[in-house]
Amino acid sequence: MSARSLLEIKDLRVTYGSGAAAVPAVRGVDLTLEAGSKLGVAGESGCGKSTLALALLRLLPASARIEGEVLLDGEDVLSMSWGRLRAVRWAGASIVFQGAMHSLNAVHRIGDQIAEPLLVHGRSTPAAARRRVGELLEHVGLPAARAAAYPHELSGGQRQRVMIAMALACDPRLIVADEPTTALDVMIQAQILRLIERLVAEESISLLMISHDLAVLADTCDRLAVMYAGRVVEEGPARAVYEAAAHPYGRALSSAFPRIGDLASRRAPRGLPGDPPDPADLPGGCAFHPRCAVAVDACTELDQELREAGAGHRAACVHVGSRTPGSTS
Amino acid sequence: MSTDTAVTTKTSTRSLLSARGLHVTFPGRRGAPPARAVDGVDLDIGAGEIVALVGESGCGKTTLARSLLGLVRPTSGTVSFDGRPLAYSSGALKAYRKRAQLVLQDPSGSLNPRHTVYDAVAEGLRIHGYAGDERAAVAGALARAGLRPPERFFLRYPHELSGGQRQRVVIAGALVLEPELIVADEPVASLDASVRGEILALLLRLRDELGLSALVVTHDLGLAWNIADRVAVMYLGRVVETGPVESVLTAPQHPYTRALLSVLPESEGAPVVLTGEPPDPSRIPSGCRFHARCQILASGEAAAVADLCRGENLPVLDGGGSRAVACHWVTGGTTS
Repeated sequence: MSARSLLEIKDLRVTYGSGAAAVPAVRGVDLTLEAGSKLGVAGESGCGKSTLALALLRLLPASARIEGEVLLDGEDVLSMSWGRLRAVRWAGASIVFQGAMHSLNAVHRIGDQIAEPLLVHGRSTPAAARRRVGELLEHVGLPAARAAAYPHELSGGQRQRVMIAMALACDPRLIVADEPTTALDVMIQAQILRLIERLVAEESISLLMISHDLAVLADTCDRLAVMYAGRVVEEGPARAVYEAAAHPYGRALSSAFPRIGDLASRRAPRGLPGDPPDPADLPGGCAFHPRCAVAVDACTELDQELREAGAGHRAACVHVGSRTPGSTS
Repeated sequence: MSTDTAVTTKTSTRSLLSARGLHVTFPGRRGAPPARAVDGVDLDIGAGEIVALVGESGCGKTTLARSLLGLVRPTSGTVSFDGRPLAYSSGALKAYRKRAQLVLQDPSGSLNPRHTVYDAVAEGLRIHGYAGDERAAVAGALARAGLRPPERFFLRYPHELSGGQRQRVVIAGALVLEPELIVADEPVASLDASVRGEILALLLRLRDELGLSALVVTHDLGLAWNIADRVAVMYLGRVVETGPVESVLTAPQHPYTRALLSVLPESEGAPVVLTGEPPDPSRIPSGCRFHARCQILASGEAAAVADLCRGENLPVLDGGGSRAVACHWVTGGTTS
């Protein structure tokens, strides 16, 4: 209680567009990340997880309306001045995006791209930046000489390493990794995850990792939050959420990728009927109810708040804790 | 012993598609040596069988799948369907594609955004000059792919559908000609986790109800566990381990298969993270093609057969149902 959390997200809401065409992408998210810890955010396309990541550093397009608070070391990112924001981006928190091919500039050498934040923030002379780029590349497992390469000369895994080197350039306290291993092969994915784990541990960086793969997140992170239709529907210790999810959606996500050797999933792929909801046309009540096997009548009308589902574990489902729907505050 | 019983049950099924000694070599660019994308593969797919072809990108699995469909002409070796070798005249290939269909990955890329669902599914019928009731055939295919009622989808465009629905339309387009075999390349890789299980369940149901055979090309071992009867693990142009899913995935023998399984998030034991990228098919190492990355050889555990690993080529594995592994260390150097 005494130590301030590194990152505190309070009632974050993000809406794209306005008036009748307004699309709520994030609908009131509260999350906390302690210094040096790792939080995984799981969810599917359209659940708002990438919007959440971008909102943390105010990287959303101007058409997005953001409400709530994002406290980084106690300072609200959403209300800070542009000058302060520029300093916080990279040095306070940096982002590793998915799809490194599209996030790197194709016509600049990767060394120049890694050096850019160092030079922009006036932290380095060109010569010192060059040295630092070499160090960073070796740190992420690439030879320093690769600084002269263009993105197309690198494999997908190597490009993702470059993205990570870039994120580390200004010694941030927090790294936000949005699907850092999607579209990579299993072995390369394992390499990148080990790299991220090692860097986070060595430099006591905090990690907020976003993925659709609950198994990967459970393996990497301390805590997990599961998002559905713009809200966190379950949150708790990683193993508890992965192995004993309290929300039916959390259970579906954790059984979507089978454990090999588990005879229950042999010739029995498990999914959910229907599709992830369209944020522009969300179902009423609990947004998950049309796909939920255990929905009761109340679910069509009443949305649920997060409630206790175990030690440090909360879920927003009428079946969790109290049996009488509507008794939550 | 459990492997032995599995072997006998599997070899009894009739082989529908069969590849023998298949090689596909692409000429090298700018003086580089030719790329041996498929470098000696035997593979059988039995009637009503689902085989998973597993490997990392660049291992040649997509080229192998395309050559099985006659989309790539093998440099050497043969592909036979229903006992007869493929003929590569355009008429013969057209007739073949009625019986063996490709389901592409990324449904957003493989559907024409300007075609309605009806047109997308009817395209195959029109190409093949289908004489029957086109409307009924399209409706039937959509219904079998789980889009019900089918009429509701006739006039929709791809952008009006969800990712899962688009993948079902692509599958319906393959089913409409009532093929005996489908080859699905990463059928769920671009889909949401909760939708993935539904599409895999659909593939299983098609096999059970229509007796459809399938080759599923994937890098996802969980997918193989979910639906396949047999798995073939491919590394650098060759199948290095094959057999019934239960035995290969729960008791892997080849060091490469062991490594692939060990890095899955939920697997027990220490992960074996291989370093580096899969090597280049234009420079396949001599001896065992995996030796340069092999964790067993590197640890010294395979010292007794190390010379073989570096210098002695391994034979092509039999493509039938039996459990087989191409590794000097596993077979004690007795394979040659």
